[in-house]
Amino acid sequence: MLSIKNLQAKVEDKQILKGINLQVNAGEVHAIMGPNGSGKSSLASVLTGRENFEVTGGEVLFDGKDLLEFSPEDRAREGLFLAFQYPIEIPGVSNINFLRTALNEIRAYHNEPPLEAKEFLRLTREKQKLVEFDAKLTNRSLNEGFSGGEKKRNEIFQLAMLNPKLSILDETDSGLDIDALRIVSNGVNKLRSEKNAFIVITHYQRLLEYIVPDFVHVLYDGRIVKSGTKELALELEEKGYDWIKEPVTTASV
Amino acid sequence: MANNSADILEEYSDKEYEFGFVTDIEMDIAPRGLNEDTIHFISAKKKEPQWLLDWRLKAYQSFLKQPEPHWQNFELPKIDFQNISYYAAPKSKAKYKDMNEVDPELIATFEKLGIPLSEQKILAGVAVDAVFDSVSVATTFKETLKEQGIIFSSISEAVKEHPELIQKYLGSVVPHSDNIYAALNAAVFSDGSFVYIPKGVRCPMELSTYFRINSENTGQFERTLIIADEGSYVSYLEGCTAPKRDENQMHAAVVELVALENAEIKYSTVQNWYPGDKEGKGGIYNFVTKRGVCRGAHAKISWTQVETGSAITWKYPSVILQGDYSSGEFYSVAVTKNKQIADTGTKMYHIGKGTKSRIISKGISAGQGQNSYRGLVQVGSKAENARNFTQCDSLLIGDRCGAHTFPYIESKNKSATIEHEATTSKIGEDQIFYLNQRGIDTEKAVALIVNGYAKEVLNQLPMEFAVEAQKLLSITLEGSVG
Ligand SMILES: Nc1ncnc2c1ncn2[C@@H]1O[C@H](COP(=O)(O)OP(=O)(O)O)[C@@H](O)[C@H]1O
Ligand SMILES: [Mg+2]
Repeated sequence: MLSIKNLQAKVEDKQILKGINLQVNAGEVHAIMGPNGSGKSSLASVLTGRENFEVTGGEVLFDGKDLLEFSPEDRAREGLFLAFQYPIEIPGVSNINFLRTALNEIRAYHNEPPLEAKEFLRLTREKQKLVEFDAKLTNRSLNEGFSGGEKKRNEIFQLAMLNPKLSILDETDSGLDIDALRIVSNGVNKLRSEKNAFIVITHYQRLLEYIVPDFVHVLYDGRIVKSGTKELALELEEKGYDWIKEPVTTASV
Repeated sequence: MANNSADILEEYSDKEYEFGFVTDIEMDIAPRGLNEDTIHFISAKKKEPQWLLDWRLKAYQSFLKQPEPHWQNFELPKIDFQNISYYAAPKSKAKYKDMNEVDPELIATFEKLGIPLSEQKILAGVAVDAVFDSVSVATTFKETLKEQGIIFSSISEAVKEHPELIQKYLGSVVPHSDNIYAALNAAVFSDGSFVYIPKGVRCPMELSTYFRINSENTGQFERTLIIADEGSYVSYLEGCTAPKRDENQMHAAVVELVALENAEIKYSTVQNWYPGDKEGKGGIYNFVTKRGVCRGAHAKISWTQVETGSAITWKYPSVILQGDYSSGEFYSVAVTKNKQIADTGTKMYHIGKGTKSRIISKGISAGQGQNSYRGLVQVGSKAENARNFTQCDSLLIGDRCGAHTFPYIESKNKSATIEHEATTSKIGEDQIFYLNQRGIDTEKAVALIVNGYAKEVLNQLPMEFAVEAQKLLSITLEGSVG
């Protein structure tokens, strides 16, 4: 589904991604871990097409298509979704109106007619239930005055509504209490299927007890320095990141 | 377009001048210039009674005495009052034979707004067949109103049919000595609307100039007078959302509202005059004086405006809260882009006790547009427990535009409660990217954000109008984000 080869990118003349390689197939969940500032969010930004990141090398294929050629909105329409680390507030724009616009834009891209109001409402109710999202929040302004946890849960609700092929969850667990964490994870687990895939960016092994990954990668200083299965996450939890950092430092000398 | 409005105006009036006007009765346009003869000419053309001519002449005297204002924070273009033609026939001739001759950009905008072809033609100045849909609509409409004793006509008609009402109320809210543009309007006003709602009558439909202006060109010195008698209600819509190309460079309209005891007037405007081109050439100077008076207890006046057009918009719809417990409201969205300037706001004069006012102003600036909110809340010594709430927000798109707020508060009564809130925000790249990431393109994203921002004001408009105004905001801001 997603094939990243030697991806390099910089922001404001600073090289952030220094050659990322990653292969994600349908039905898989990949976890990306790594210390603060290692480039995890940057990778998400580059994949989704944030303007201030400049790709300086490498390629990304998404379902065989050159992802980097697409505009940010077309990447979304092709089925790429990012649950933001810091979701934005947009005053006055109702959550539901925003979602309907988004859904219909994506449908239009695939030559599908807009969803009828009734059908849209049915879908909304179904997904609200699935990810246990408070119906009151659906009618409020987009993220305006939401608590940190509510914002994160809204990201998962949107994910459920838009039904993307590949979802990137950028530290969706940070700022969630244990109950919210369980609800969010349950939601994601229910959405997992043979047809879609997830990249879960996290600091903590904790989340991976709920969303069990097929693969775990460690990103450090703009490179994936170690890959393994879910046991790697446990090892990181125990030993911290220092033992990962050393070989890289030596290698670069 | 190579010509700016001034050139067109000049060319137009020059051409007419060749034929002279004194002897030629077929003549449509007065020669440029303003003096007592011009006023005699206009009044005679309109077959007005002596009292109205006298009133116009007095207004002209006060016009001569008034200085041009210079307190504004933008450069006022020099207006040569002698270089304007002060009378155009009520029915201007169609300028084009068919739609092919009309500016394609204008047609594109009509289409986006979903305006039917027959109306597009009228708005663009294309000749239409004598039988036109809205004529019959307008007729049925008038019948219904007549049954309830509601008067809705042009001012000229009202001068003839209801002179007692005109004499009593014309200039009673905006005296001709009020300001230079109001004086000018009083001296030379061409036409406008007149509304009277009898005691206890709730006007059963939105009254809209739309039905009138389609067939009549009221010109650049429009005058509107609305009277809501005791316990009555009316909602009045001015303008329509279609862009109006107009050769007149300066518009100096006057609107007067009178709400008697327990009466309510809602006045909504969508202003979309020609804003000039990207370089700021051409465009309308829109200098309007709008004021309402709540004359009786518990009367209510509410102004709602969506201002997207004109090169310079300069207006302060105001309410004089004379009756006890009367209330005034002002809801405004003003958009400026390219080199447009908007200086708008309101004045609320609290005179009666327990009077209330509410001001919600939403400025949107894009490009190099400059947007100012200027408002006055004045509480008189007898206005016990008067209350005002003002919310004044500015939204910036890009970093070459500007937003300014000038709230003035003068209170002579300690029991008054006056609240003022102001915010300035920018449409952030983060907001746009967030929406992009959900499959929404930048143009639609801006439209969503702007409409969300303006929602509180748009909600005040009658349903159908609100939908049009939403579309208009989106169209107006197309292409303003990189
Ligand atoms: N817009 C930006 N401008 C400058 N530097 C940036 C920008 N975004 C990220 N960075 C830098 O890139 C590096 C990686 O950041 P980030 O991808 O957010 O790390 P992570 O998500 O792994 O904590 C950091 O050094 C950060 O300061
Ligand atoms: Mg991060």
